[in-house]
Amino acid sequence: MKQTTGQVVGVSGNMVTVRVQGQVRLNEVGYVALEGERFLKSEVIRIRGDLAEMQVFEMTRGISVGDEVSFTGELLAVNLGPGLLGQVYDGLQNPLPQLAEKTGFFLDRGVYLDSLDAERQWEFTPKASPGDVVTAADTLGTVPEGIFQHRIMVPFNMNGRYSVDWIAERGEYRVDDTVAEVRDERGGKHQLTMRFQWPVKRAIEQYAERLKPSEPMVTKVRMIDTFFPVARGGTYCIPGPFGAGKTVLQQITSRHAEVDVVIITACGERAGEVVETIQEFPELTDPRTGRSLMERTIIICNTSSMPVAAREASVYTGVTLAEYYRQMGLDVLLLADSTSRWAQAMREMSGRLEEIPGEEAFPAYLESVIAGFYERAGAVRLADGSHGSVTIGGTVSPAGGNFEEPVTQSTLKVVGAFHGLSRERSDARRYPSIHPLDSWSKYAGLIPHGKTEYARDLLFRGDEVGQMMKVVGEEGTSLQDYIVNQKSEFVDAVYLQQNSFDPVDGAVMVERQRHVFDLLFEIISAELDLESKDEARQYFNQLRQYFLDYNGAQWKTDKFYEHENAIKELLKERKTGIDSHARQFVEQAAETVGSQG
Amino acid sequence: MKKVYSRIDEIAGNVVRVTAEGVQYGELATVKSAHGTSLAEVIRLSGNQVALQVYAGGRGVSTGDEVQFLGNPMRVSFSEDLLGRVFDGSGNPRDNGPELHENLIEIGTPSVNPSKRIIPRNMIRTGIPMIDVFNSLVESQKLPIFSVSGEPYNQVLARLALQAEVDMIILGGMGLKYDDYLYFREALEEGGAMSRTIFFVHTASDPVVECLMVPDVALAVAERFALQGKRVLCLLTDMTNFADSLKEIAITMERVPSNRGYPGDLYTQLAQRYEKAVDFDVAGSITILGATTMPGDDVTHPVPDNTGYITEGQYYLRNQRIEPFGSLSRLKQMVNKDTRADHRAIMDGMIRLYANYKESLEKKSMGFRMSEWDNKLLKYGEIFEERMMDLSVNIPLEQALDRCWEILAECFEPEETGLRSDLLSEFWPKQRESA
Ligand SMILES: Nc1ncnc2c1ncn2[C@@H]1O[C@H](COP(=O)(O)OP(=O)(O)O)[C@@H](O)[C@H]1O
Ligand SMILES: [Mg+2]
Repeated sequence: MKQTTGQVVGVSGNMVTVRVQGQVRLNEVGYVALEGERFLKSEVIRIRGDLAEMQVFEMTRGISVGDEVSFTGELLAVNLGPGLLGQVYDGLQNPLPQLAEKTGFFLDRGVYLDSLDAERQWEFTPKASPGDVVTAADTLGTVPEGIFQHRIMVPFNMNGRYSVDWIAERGEYRVDDTVAEVRDERGGKHQLTMRFQWPVKRAIEQYAERLKPSEPMVTKVRMIDTFFPVARGGTYCIPGPFGAGKTVLQQITSRHAEVDVVIITACGERAGEVVETIQEFPELTDPRTGRSLMERTIIICNTSSMPVAAREASVYTGVTLAEYYRQMGLDVLLLADSTSRWAQAMREMSGRLEEIPGEEAFPAYLESVIAGFYERAGAVRLADGSHGSVTIGGTVSPAGGNFEEPVTQSTLKVVGAFHGLSRERSDARRYPSIHPLDSWSKYAGLIPHGKTEYARDLLFRGDEVGQMMKVVGEEGTSLQDYIVNQKSEFVDAVYLQQNSFDPVDGAVMVERQRHVFDLLFEIISAELDLESKDEARQYFNQLRQYFLDYNGAQWKTDKFYEHENAIKELLKERKTGIDSHARQFVEQAAETVGSQG
Repeated sequence: MKKVYSRIDEIAGNVVRVTAEGVQYGELATVKSAHGTSLAEVIRLSGNQVALQVYAGGRGVSTGDEVQFLGNPMRVSFSEDLLGRVFDGSGNPRDNGPELHENLIEIGTPSVNPSKRIIPRNMIRTGIPMIDVFNSLVESQKLPIFSVSGEPYNQVLARLALQAEVDMIILGGMGLKYDDYLYFREALEEGGAMSRTIFFVHTASDPVVECLMVPDVALAVAERFALQGKRVLCLLTDMTNFADSLKEIAITMERVPSNRGYPGDLYTQLAQRYEKAVDFDVAGSITILGATTMPGDDVTHPVPDNTGYITEGQYYLRNQRIEPFGSLSRLKQMVNKDTRADHRAIMDGMIRLYANYKESLEKKSMGFRMSEWDNKLLKYGEIFEERMMDLSVNIPLEQALDRCWEILAECFEPEETGLRSDLLSEFWPKQRESA
């Protein structure tokens, strides 16, 4: 096949226009020859007659009219195979630490390295046998990667049925060594290695069935797990103004989430934030496995000063790797910070293409592209019966912190949970600043619905009373309402708020959340004998004090029970019964539990 | 010798178009007009049509002026000779010193490989409690002062520059008022810092395009010094002028604006500058302190808004005070775990109470009766503003933390503070015996 070539006829920003000789595909990758010595990776984003417009994944400085372009015939793709875990890549799957070894402090243009270590030996155990009939994504063998059995699969782009002629015996192999030979139905032979490519903008759909996301994905953030849960295979978004805590929330989720693999896509935000992860993860142990957190993590890092076109690609690179590990029956979490930067990258290209702009100059197809991205999340049953999932959580950085903007709105239409961050809460240092009234989730959580509903209802009523008090003053508020307000403030202070940097309170496991919520529920559902507002305030101050100390105590230590008893004692002193309002919720909760059991 | 083109086809704003061949994207050219020679940069190529942005502006350029391409992108001289000197945005001297041509370095070069960065770890002590206690500044941080015009942001910048323990200071002035320029000179001279300072100054009366160059030139030089092991502090004031220059040029280029006339890549443009802030493991560092004035005191205006999404926090200057709300140092947790055991708790606890104070104040202004609790908060808020927020307060961190506890004890009972008992028992001031 003759390779297609072309010449640059125009340059504007990171877009070049190329006159093409031969055939060219949309989203095909080409290389612009810069002064004949550096080849800059680019992607075709529009074709008109013999002119192709390409976004260059590098700085375009120095490109001249007439520079040669060579096309690869391949779509923008990533390498799949063992050795992805623990890596730090840029948006195009270039390994950054290895790049640094080669080019030093700065990101040199036109240097692309192998994203998999071609020299590393992997302990291969065959699972298929000669004579077996296999199709795409069937397992040929496994290699241990960290704590997982990495499945070596029939490449996903091999259509039809193949019979296995030969399979490598147990032993050490490199990713490019042949581990199997298969024959297609027409007798054509194929040699398979442990590596293959997959185009990033195409979803991997090698599963038997898509399931409804129903199992909670525990984050260890109380407010999320209890009130706005995320399901494995589900989607959620975190919109919020700058400084409200989007990145911190994602960082702690990347550490504590109960999933097998976490893929962090740092998309167009600060480099410094990724550095923390890059440097700290290898030192941190995953409590579930006792191994380094880095062993289950992949970092895709295309920060704000790195080329914009590669930023656009980075979220796709991330989700493709996520889907790949899902195919091994694993639960994968993809975190993208920030999807707005990705949308802005699209906007920049759309502007260069002089497309008719939509709202706030975003392209008209923004909504469908966002929907298509989140659609790649899901819980699936694989052909062999095992289950895997990709959960996607994206932050959104709306201009001016105003959620009435295209990216937030398009995202809200497709996600299953909304963790909206509030400036008022972060200003008042009420972290995590997820708005407890505006946020929502369509997924089921850890704690019986009736009880959390009561707590939510209390928060709403407390807020109403708070608003009222602003109008009529404390003196115009009844003692009963005042107590409602105190209770809701109490829930906020001791349960919703959770300092992520606290060694104990920063991450709270499920068992403890359940336990603590029960006690919290006992307090907020209690009818209390309080004579005056001052007394009520003092009483709740005291309770809060005990409860904060309780939250700070290690689970099930003497200190923990000491504080728990102090709280219970204090509650007993004033509890006279169950709040009439709570009763119906409690009954409801009992019913749900009953019907479940 | 490069070919000279003596015909300009089009002139619009600061952008001129010539027909030429063999030109590189980003290459520099000179444009010789009756007013003198200016540099110009290639900003678009389309066939043999070359669009150039003229640094000195399009005003007075004639269709018959000469354009000559130089074959290289914008560069600036880099050496120790820069110290103590003053230049404009194109790198030409503004003082009476000689022009510098040695050791030319490119500006606007690729960014640092994230895997070569290290986690910042050195606190910059400023003596300002609103910074040291509540939003600690960290070496290699990028952090602007958000301010309405009229606030003393340049004074604060100068104070921080002199107080910070850095090896050198690079001041990038954009649309800087001449008075402010003189102010910086005097302040740095008085503080004995002039000999380790470099100025790149664009004043309000200079051409717009040169304003765009200032951060790139300043940061390119800063980067080289940092690579030589220097801890460099870069002051960029006022970045809103930089953004406005971007806007002006985008509009002349007829690019679709995204928000209030600003181009869609405003975020990327700002990020490419601010992300130059760095701490190298085996070399020096760049810390960037900027000033971003907020048109109409509106923090949701595109310039402060995009900036806030890029920088590692901001100091919100209002009524000559650094406001606790809106102010943020995102790197504070890197350093405040090692200062004193009570630092983090005090930092959040004091602000939570201050937020409550604001609520009580609002109730009071609406004429409601103040409860006992409200009165406590009112007292607290006033004392806090006077003894902590006032910019004239200049005390070390430890003293400021002690002062916080004193304020709390003066206003509240321990369990009203929302602080944990272990801290309360360690730090709550003991009743004075005489009392
Ligand atoms: N859950 C939290 N606990 C404690 N501090 C937090 C929390 N979330 C945010 N913060 C504080 O707010 C700062 C900004 O948070 P960040 O996540 O970077 O904001 P965003 O990504 O929304 O701009 C952090 O540096 C930290 O000081
Ligand atoms: Mg963030």
